[in-house]
Amino acid sequence: MTSGPPRRVVVVGASAAGLAATETLRRDGYDGALTLVGSEKHLPYDRPPLSKQVLTGQWPVERTALRGPADLDALDVVLRLGVPAAALSAAGRTLTLADGAELAYDGLVVCTGVRPRRLAPSGTAGLHVLRDLEDAVVLRDRLAAGRRLVVVGGGFLGTEVSAAARALGAAVTLVEPSAVLLADALGHQVGAHLAQVHREQGVDLRTATAVAGITAEEGRVTGVRLADGTVLPADDVVTAIGSLPNTEWLRGSGLGVADGVECDEYSAAAPGVYAAGDVARWLNPLFGTRMRIEHRTNAAEQGMAAARNLLHPQESRPFAPIPYFWSDQYDVKIQAYGMLRGSSQAQVVEGDPTDGRFLVAYRSGETLTGVLAIGIPPRTLRRWRTAVADRTAWQDALTMA
Amino acid sequence: MRVEVEQPKCVASGQCVLAAPDVFDQDDEGIVEMLTDRPGADRYEDVKEAAALCPAAAIRLVSE
Repeated sequence: MTSGPPRRVVVVGASAAGLAATETLRRDGYDGALTLVGSEKHLPYDRPPLSKQVLTGQWPVERTALRGPADLDALDVVLRLGVPAAALSAAGRTLTLADGAELAYDGLVVCTGVRPRRLAPSGTAGLHVLRDLEDAVVLRDRLAAGRRLVVVGGGFLGTEVSAAARALGAAVTLVEPSAVLLADALGHQVGAHLAQVHREQGVDLRTATAVAGITAEEGRVTGVRLADGTVLPADDVVTAIGSLPNTEWLRGSGLGVADGVECDEYSAAAPGVYAAGDVARWLNPLFGTRMRIEHRTNAAEQGMAAARNLLHPQESRPFAPIPYFWSDQYDVKIQAYGMLRGSSQAQVVEGDPTDGRFLVAYRSGETLTGVLAIGIPPRTLRRWRTAVADRTAWQDALTMA
Repeated sequence: MRVEVEQPKCVASGQCVLAAPDVFDQDDEGIVEMLTDRPGADRYEDVKEAAALCPAAAIRLVSE
């Protein structure tokens, strides 16, 4: 339908990925019409601080802003904030917003992110999820010394919230269905180490414990009921049990949707349509695997890559990042590169978990596929990143330490 | 062009070092350190990339 460069580009989703796409389009010389659509009313802000600095009150919420109004003005972008996308016709190249507006485009970047899975419908006072700024502020204002918090779900979000709540003096119980905290994501040994850290910080950690439901009285949370009938009393409950990609609005759009927007190795979902960030499931050629990554750094990297491929399709480059994430809990910084989940083996190759400073290598088959470090200077980690990028043989990786 | 970093915002991801290793470094805690705040014009693209990739928006480019 369209030949030549796009003249009307719409980016749906005004968080990290959408902002990166928008800025990259302008930086790479796109001078046509540009619209950024966001379901939240806020200018783009950063989410990682919500479960860390915002929750502990170290940062005022304004500090999460990713760009100031002047920076956004300079992008010459039409902002449609506070209005979710409602429907898409990939064949007709038309996006419909929830307020009924129709936006014709010849280039589209889908960055609609994820939303939290819930145990119970919202509306009960004291029952929280943590995804957006309002969630963080409400929870921050309720946590204090003497308050009882139950966190359901011991993934990264649940453990970070637990750490922040302990810093505020709240009594924290963390409930996790699997036997070892974070073992699926990071392996048994790292999970056991982090479980110990949380216990030492006073978290009442209940692993291998299933939750049956939330108890409430008069519209207010009173506790969490476990599968064995025990009720953990609580003033507040945070559920951190994973997230769901925001793709319902794409029903009937012509895009493939299966736990995210299905993309090829260029982050393309259809002619002229790309996806980036938490919502995108794409083929990462570095690992030969389809993946969807909810890491902050991936949002920026994929937003940039999608924008470039949209703008210069004849010079399309596969998006082949080495996934990176970090997590801050108490004074422990966790950093990791590569693919850790689904590894066949994880082995400590530097340092010692008992003194809190160590590096773990992860293998898949005969190849080094990931590394994780706790208490190790990032400089040391960098050469391991290179080794993951180079698809280093496991046996050779073991001699690197 | 001058490069500014806000060290208190830095989250030690090291994305800047990967994008422009001759301009940025990390200390032992991973916090960004500047090797030069006035990179040559041939480094502008990589520095812009570093600023765009920084997950904490801790890098700014200032025209002067």
